[in-house]
Amino acid sequence: MCSTVIIKYNAGNVFSVKCALKRIGAEAVVTDDAEAIRNADRVIFPGVGEASTAMAYLRTRGLDELIKSLSCPILGICIGMQLLCSHSQEGDTDCLGIFDVPVLRFDNSPNREMKIPQMGWNTISVRKGSFIPDECDQRYAYFVHSYYVPLCGYTAATADYIQPYSAALQRDNFYATQFHPEKSGRVGETILKKFMEL
Amino acid sequence: MLAKRIIPCLDVKDGMTVKGVNFTNLRQAGDPVELGKKYSDEGADELVYLDITASYEERNTFIDLVRRVAESVSIPFTVGGGIRSVSDVDKLLGNGADKVSINSAALNRPQLIDEIARQFGNQVCVVAIDARFVDGKWICHEKGGRIATCRTLFDWAHEAQERGAGEILFTSMNHDGVKNGYACDALSRLHDRLQIPVIASGGCGCAYHIAEAFVQGKADAALAASVFHFGEISIPALKQYLSLQGIPVRLEPAWHK
Repeated sequence: MCSTVIIKYNAGNVFSVKCALKRIGAEAVVTDDAEAIRNADRVIFPGVGEASTAMAYLRTRGLDELIKSLSCPILGICIGMQLLCSHSQEGDTDCLGIFDVPVLRFDNSPNREMKIPQMGWNTISVRKGSFIPDECDQRYAYFVHSYYVPLCGYTAATADYIQPYSAALQRDNFYATQFHPEKSGRVGETILKKFMEL
Repeated sequence: MLAKRIIPCLDVKDGMTVKGVNFTNLRQAGDPVELGKKYSDEGADELVYLDITASYEERNTFIDLVRRVAESVSIPFTVGGGIRSVSDVDKLLGNGADKVSINSAALNRPQLIDEIARQFGNQVCVVAIDARFVDGKWICHEKGGRIATCRTLFDWAHEAQERGAGEILFTSMNHDGVKNGYACDALSRLHDRLQIPVIASGGCGCAYHIAEAFVQGKADAALAASVFHFGEISIPALKQYLSLQGIPVRLEPAWHK
């Protein structure tokens, strides 16, 4: 039996991720225990909240180094994805650096009609070779964020809000989505199923 | 492109969905978890659950309901009713709610908005405002619309934003339950005044009213209750209609399955 671990930290949506996995027939354990995370076959790194607080929490538990050392498939969600990048403008925070790209704040000064945070359903464009199944291309996913990852070599899917940006990233065994697959209806379930098969 | 959101609202009393007309005369409308799942399957973009009893004894019934919604629904949902403290919020989020909606408690103690935003992030904090247009002014009301306050809609909405609200849910008490359309003028003024999304509420009688709320009212989302509960508007047909009007909405190929 494969074990899936959802990393527990002081940010919401952990229970939602567990429920979403259950709906697709997968069980997961929610824990911040280093040993359990190290031995997992699959790790999900969720998150809402604020970057510097979340990083401080990871550091005090030694989870920062642990996450970097994992070789199983790992999925970062929302803040989880941003923490896998090099640095976030939110709280001027040094992050884990798996993806060598910065996290920037949306700038709506050219068009005040674009509200911040972006909140709601936006379409994603899936790039070739992405872990996100082709059938999700041009379909809607649920986003809530004020900071974004620019397009880069790791971009696995794009979205457009104020400018095109990374809706998903991937590198080796690290996968990440800016949107919330656990809250993105059938599209989200398709992506979670795919991750569970990686 | 970011879609305009359609949000069915489920008022919950004693574990059942009800809908009031002008905040009184409650009518039954079905099991809240089943109904939420049905709306999600049909293409609703979010759900709102309001605990309209919110008495101390029934608090745990509602939390149990929140948990069951989180287990069965794959779209975001907001919960509200009787939230007074950060620890109330913590309990609701811990049981799977994505956002909380606060109303009277914020009017009485505006710092609650700051506290929720600081601890859980702005996106979690929806500030609901029930306002009635009286003598040329939009007067905010508390306690489910029963008590007038000294605050006015635009100033209070702006203060809520500055304190860290992630969204404003504006219900026009003049329009609520009347099914004659949303308060589009006030919505449009809110949009121009605020940087955060605005959810239109109160007055929906047909699909055209929702289009109006988006186009004239410039709302980011439209909330309605009875038109969905009693099948007067079907969500798939509503989305098709809005899409034909050139309004960006989330359309999925497999809703009818």
